[in-house]
Parts: sequence; C-alpha cells; structure tokens
Amino acid sequence: MNNIIFTLLTTFLQIGLLSIGGGYAIIPLIQEQVVNSYNWLTLQEYTDIIAISQMTPGPLVVNTASFVGIRIAGIPGAIVATLGSILSGFIVSIVLYNFFKKHKDIDSISNVLKGLRSSSVGLIASAASTIIMIAFLGTSSFNFDNADINIAAIIVFIISLLLLRKYKPNPVLIIVVSGFAGLIFY
Amino acid sequence: MRLKKLKLYFSLFRITFSISAFTFGGGYVVIPMMRRYFVNDLALISEQELLDMAAIAQSTPGAIAVNIAVLAGYRIAGITGAIITCIGTVLPPLIILSVISFFYKSFRDNRVISAILKGMEAGVAATIVDILIDMWQGIIREKNLLLTLMAPITFFANFIFNINVLVIIIFCSILCFIQAYIKIRQGGIRGE
Repeated sequence: MNNIIFTLLTTFLQIGLLSIGGGYAIIPLIQEQVVNSYNWLTLQEYTDIIAISQMTPGPLVVNTASFVGIRIAGIPGAIVATLGSILSGFIVSIVLYNFFKKHKDIDSISNVLKGLRSSSVGLIASAASTIIMIAFLGTSSFNFDNADINIAAIIVFIISLLLLRKYKPNPVLIIVVSGFAGLIFY
Repeated sequence: MRLKKLKLYFSLFRITFSISAFTFGGGYVVIPMMRRYFVNDLALISEQELLDMAAIAQSTPGAIAVNIAVLAGYRIAGITGAIITCIGTVLPPLIILSVISFFYKSFRDNRVISAILKGMEAGVAATIVDILIDMWQGIIREKNLLLTLMAPITFFANFIFNINVLVIIIFCSILCFIQAYIKIRQGGIRGE
C-alpha cells in the first residue's frame, strides 16, 4: 500500500513538473504515464476523464490525479497524487516570483518579465481560440469537413462579450447565465 | 490583529475555493475572476501585478490556475497565504472528481449536464476574450515593438504551428534579455 502511494506521488510529481503551459498539450504526457506505463487506467477511461475534465471545474492534471489516486488507493491516494501534481508549480512559481521582484530594477530582467507577459497573451489567445472552435464548431482541429456551426453558441458568445465590455459584470455570472442559455437552446 | 489575519486567511480560502469551483474551460478563466475579486473588489493586488503573476504562472510547471492562486496568496499573505489559496483551489476538483469517479459514466452521458456545459463554453470564451482585449491594450501602451510583435507571433507559433510552450517561453525570454542588454549598452555609450 505504501509502495503504491509513493509511486503515485513520484509519478504525478513528474507529470506536474513536465506540464508547462497547460491546456491540451499535456494530454499525451499524462497518457504516457497513467495509461501506457502503469496501466492505472484504460485508454477509454482516460478519454472519459478528459471529457469529464471539460465538464467539471479544475485543471486536467489535478482532475486526473484525483481520479487516478482515488481508484488506485482511495482518499489518501487522491490527496497524495494531487499534491504531487501541484508541488513543483507551487515551488517554482514562488521562486520565480521572488526572483523577478528582487531584480525588478535591473532592466534586462524586468524586460524578460514584460516579454513573458506578451507571450502569455499569445498563449491565452491560443487557448481561447481552441475553446471558441470547440464551442462554435464542435471540433478543435482544422478539418472543417464535418464541422457543425453552432449559431446559439455564437450568439451567446457575442452577447456575453458585449455585456462584459460595457457593464463589467462578474464573470461567474456570465458563465452561469450562459450555462442556462445552453440548457434552453440545445 | 490576529483576528484580522484569520479573517484575511478565511476570505482568501473562500474566494479561491469559489473561483476554482467555476474554472470551467481551462485555467485562464481564473484571470478575469481573480481580477474581479482581488483587484477590483478587495484591491489587494494591482492589475499590473496580476498580469505579472499570470505571466509567471504560465511559465512554470503545473496547472496555471493553481500557480496563479498560489502567487496571489503569497503576495497577499506570504507562504501561509500561498498554502491556503493552493488548498482552496485544489479542493473543489479533488472533491468533485472523487465523487464522480464512482458514477462517471452516467455523468458523462447526462444530456442536461452536457447542454449546460456547452452553453458555458461560449460564456467562458467571452470572459477570456474580454480580458485578452485589456491585456493586449496594456502591451501596446508599452510602445515596444518587440513586445507588441511577441503576442501575435506566440499565438501563431502555438495555435497554428503547435510549437511547444516551453520552447516559446525560453525563446521570448532570451530575445527580451538581449533587447534590454543592447539598449543598456547603447544608453551607456551615449552617456559617455
């Protein structure tokens, strides 16, 4: 039992450490460990987790860690696997934050932070485009042959964006209301 | 004084827990929500700081939503704050997935749930695009050609060409470092 807990911890520590950038890029990375190396989940179960991850709040890494952990070793397994998946991010982000704060008067270093900010806008835009494609077309690939344009989603998107730009409502409110709109339209 | 601190810890936990419970559609939704609570409502961090945190969270391993929460907690209340916001962020998915692991097939195939989630996708996309517009305006205001170009180039590199995020981040960091270095040297020569 302790052995399994330890393996869960080290495996998810490794996954957490390698999953830079998040999003859909880390899907094969987790699959390699959880499905191919350890056979903790079947490919079908893993595909289900990705679907569930899109349906439930929380990052894919944390969701997979919780799901795998509880199946392999109950609640302690879920806690340990989750801890493993977030630990490296916790430490590295605080270290980097302190580094940039300490050297913010050095131009070359503060310029690097500015650059990271610019590139994060590009990366967020990339993630947003994927979400938009899934919401509007039901696919995230550029193969538009079997794309199915979802007019309702486009309308919800435009109205939400206009409301956000004009009245600055709470984003949670927008997400909840658009969920209800989904229930009515689809 | 101690009571005040406990109150701060509690509100950190409450905010990150409820934000995390609504982070459908990827970690970036956290940024507009954090802005709402920590920047606009409580004024605990500045908008600029939040964007720095987002940039750092993006460039470090692990889930972006967790990393931003950790940095916000750390900035507001030190390492204790970081641990509290981290727990607050991780707890909702941990609980939900643990519960779902027992009946996930029926959850996955539930039509009401999938209709709600389908609608949420469009709302989530709108929230992210909203903050992207603000972030983009902030970058243009810097009036630095390299920084202005970096955002669209990163977008194309990642979205169209699928270039690894780590490669992009390292490449951008080196470029910015060199740019500042050249500027300093030129400034030095002019100053002589």
